[in-house]
Amino acid sequence: MSAVLDPHGHAAGDHGHDDHHAPTGWRRWVFATNHKDIGTLYLLFAFTMLMVGGVLALLIRAELFEPGLQVVNPELFNSLTTMHGLIMVFGAIMPAFVGFANWMIPLQIGASDMAFARMNNFSFWLMIPAAVMLAGSFFMPGGAPSAGWTLYAPLTLQMGPSMDAGIFAMHILGASSIMGSINIIVTILNMRAPGMTLMKMPMFVWTWLITAYLLIAVMPVLAGAITMTLTDRHFGTSFFNPAGGGDPVMYQHIFWFFGHPEVYIMILPAFGIISQVVPAFSRKKLFGYASMVYATASIAILSFIVWAHHMYATGMPVTGQLFFMYATMLISVPTGVKVFNWIATMWRGSMTFETPMLWAVGFIFVFTMGGFTGLILSMAPIDIQLQDTYYVVAHFHYVLVAGSLFAMFAGVYYWAPKWTGVMYSETRGQIHFWWSMISFNVTFFPMHFLGLAGMPRRYADYPMQFADFNAVASVGAFAFGLAQVYFFVFVVLPMMRGQGEKAPQRPWEAAEGLEWEVPSPAPFHTFENPPKLDATATKVLG
Amino acid sequence: MKHLFNKLSLSLLAVGMFSTHAAYAVSDLPGGPGVRQLNLQNAATKIAEEQAWLHWFMLVICTVIFVAVFGVMFYSILKHRKSLGHKPATFHESVKVEIAWTVIPFIIVILMALPATKAVVAQKDTSNADLTIKATGIQWKWGYDYIKGEGEGISFLSTLDSTHRELSNNGAVGAKPNDYLLKVDNPMVVPVNKKVRIITTATDVIHSFAVPAFGIKQDAIPGFVRDTWFRAERTGDFYGQCSELCGKEHAYMPIHVKVVSAEDYATWTKDQLKKMAALADDPNKVWTMDDIMKRGEKVYAANCAACHQPNGKGAGPIKALDGSKLVLSDDKLQQIKILLNGANNGAMPAWKQLSDTDIAAVITYTKNHWSNKTAQLVQPAEVKAAR
Repeated sequence: MSAVLDPHGHAAGDHGHDDHHAPTGWRRWVFATNHKDIGTLYLLFAFTMLMVGGVLALLIRAELFEPGLQVVNPELFNSLTTMHGLIMVFGAIMPAFVGFANWMIPLQIGASDMAFARMNNFSFWLMIPAAVMLAGSFFMPGGAPSAGWTLYAPLTLQMGPSMDAGIFAMHILGASSIMGSINIIVTILNMRAPGMTLMKMPMFVWTWLITAYLLIAVMPVLAGAITMTLTDRHFGTSFFNPAGGGDPVMYQHIFWFFGHPEVYIMILPAFGIISQVVPAFSRKKLFGYASMVYATASIAILSFIVWAHHMYATGMPVTGQLFFMYATMLISVPTGVKVFNWIATMWRGSMTFETPMLWAVGFIFVFTMGGFTGLILSMAPIDIQLQDTYYVVAHFHYVLVAGSLFAMFAGVYYWAPKWTGVMYSETRGQIHFWWSMISFNVTFFPMHFLGLAGMPRRYADYPMQFADFNAVASVGAFAFGLAQVYFFVFVVLPMMRGQGEKAPQRPWEAAEGLEWEVPSPAPFHTFENPPKLDATATKVLG
Repeated sequence: MKHLFNKLSLSLLAVGMFSTHAAYAVSDLPGGPGVRQLNLQNAATKIAEEQAWLHWFMLVICTVIFVAVFGVMFYSILKHRKSLGHKPATFHESVKVEIAWTVIPFIIVILMALPATKAVVAQKDTSNADLTIKATGIQWKWGYDYIKGEGEGISFLSTLDSTHRELSNNGAVGAKPNDYLLKVDNPMVVPVNKKVRIITTATDVIHSFAVPAFGIKQDAIPGFVRDTWFRAERTGDFYGQCSELCGKEHAYMPIHVKVVSAEDYATWTKDQLKKMAALADDPNKVWTMDDIMKRGEKVYAANCAACHQPNGKGAGPIKALDGSKLVLSDDKLQQIKILLNGANNGAMPAWKQLSDTDIAAVITYTKNHWSNKTAQLVQPAEVKAAR
């Protein structure tokens, strides 16, 4: 698909004749180069991995329902926590956002497809063997890796062959991410319809542009860390092995230099989705667009200088602790700016609360809670008490589940009418929202108390005094898991099968953006010729 | 369907609540976690008090900001609705407002950082300790060595009570102790109101030494030495758990620190040192050739064979012991001195940390093994005299 204006003079969206017959059957998916198909593949893959990771979580919570070992042995428990983390981060959250990027970026900038359509296909299909390796590692001798998703050395040097499979899988996933990011950057920078300057792009596109740069910067760093782990394990090096003169703390520095920007990689696209949904349902433009762009960029830049707040207890000198504390506290400022801007968008708007808006408002509420616990954790003296306890587990689940996942649900309900051509059932959407919101809080709020009281994380068994809150969390977890099964069976499947009210081209009366300028469902090819845009770059002229 | 789901969730919840209440008659553990505890453990040191204060400080500020911000949001949700006929305004930017809500939070953040800075600096000052104890993380127990101060030389391992470990494996059915998974065989004992410096290290993977009531947590990193400190302000038992994933028994290597009065501490150190001396070799014992050769063989294999080879022939710059003039010589003191102090600028390391008995045994072994047949016997007392 060329970015050049079509020399044959077809009108935008005209399908008078097809230059080719679109493939059908399995070939359509295996050889997919269409951004919509690839987006769908990513989203379905991510949801599958969400379910796999979710089963692992439920096994963890089943074990932790009561003190004592009832379900698994401690080694398997450590594998469960490790693989739950790796699968959710690399198999669910990241690919899901790439799925959103694939579906929405070309539509939102008026491009016909992504810049590198075949590389796009490769990026997706690479993930399948990687996911098989990750999930299959449970069945390898010695079981799945059990060193925590952070894979600290030198514990990783004690792991069995599944560790090597895991490292290989992560390399593949990293390559997939890097290629995807290159695709996204080149598409955004080169294929915007004429008249769509950078400062007129939708916020979702901006957040992905910035996220893609973060990915390219840090995925190679992770690759470095895990490669050094691999050579320490098998090729006689001693990067992290103290017996050979190596430094285990160096692993942590390298890992978290990747790890911290990684968590912003997982939240910035979520911010972008919320910035699309809130204005649509407030019937009011996003407040402070320029400010939102600068805030996102500030967060991304700051994310590079805070990594050692994960390492306050490793023994760094006072100056180090102070620096990383100050830098981390600073990130709350641009993040706060974004929250204020969303609320200012709602203020004196004319709001309705269809399901996407429920998720978006819910996101703002619960993500901010997670942000505050993050601020509390950033204080080194307090972190000494809370490091490696359930307080940290509560914090990151609030920002990743109530943050990233809830924002994704907002995006699905918001854009699925465009993807599928049918409306979801509003009642079922509301059930999904309230069920998830309540059970999420039942699961994770007690974990703050557990952490404050001193319960360490990655523990298969715990002192008796922690029993009650663990039981509550376990019940909440099962309810939350069930809510997502409900979502798939009663919301997603019907939409995919075309069951539901026919969706209009513009299901949300005040939604702005070029994606609403094409029919629902979006035709296989859209914007084959760059559209002529109005001054706001939100409407197609003619 | 919906009805069934609701019923299922409700019954799950009920089961959860019921079993929680029915099974456990556990109570708070002083110096450890409390039942359904909501906040940090009761502080036993000034640092922990400082941390608790800081936490309240942050929690209050965050809660106030949270209530204010979401008060505004929920007000907006209630009043600015289409269903109430509210028409949307058209404003969508304001530089003044953006600056205000950037600068004010920035100032708040700086104000938060000030007390935190004070606490960080205080936590890190491990100087002028009254007592220094090394805590070594070992898969999966702790080793404590009292290396400076009253009780110097005391050394022991601290492991989770084995009945607790078994109880865990059995699903923790039946009566459960209040200090479940926190009880050890040999707690660390320290005197009250004294500054104790804890040096942490490990022998295998990263562990972490933590005692919430003291407000301390320090990773124990193999190959490296880190430190932290505490001054306990009251006597009692205080508990912590390993706080860095270290393998399958990560949840089973607790920390128990017993803080006692100065007198009780003095008594305890004397008892411990006596016990250790009793287990150690008596340097005045007179050994027979057979017995000391057997001992010497073990010491040689463990310490010397790596360089001097099992056949005593050495290699390259490493001197052969088999047929060595020094070993065959009548002057036992020369070989004793080399073993105690090393030689050739440390190329032959000093072995003074071995006991008198071990050094005497290995010297005797070298003098009477391979082709060496001096029939000389070095007694531990001779080594002791040479120190």
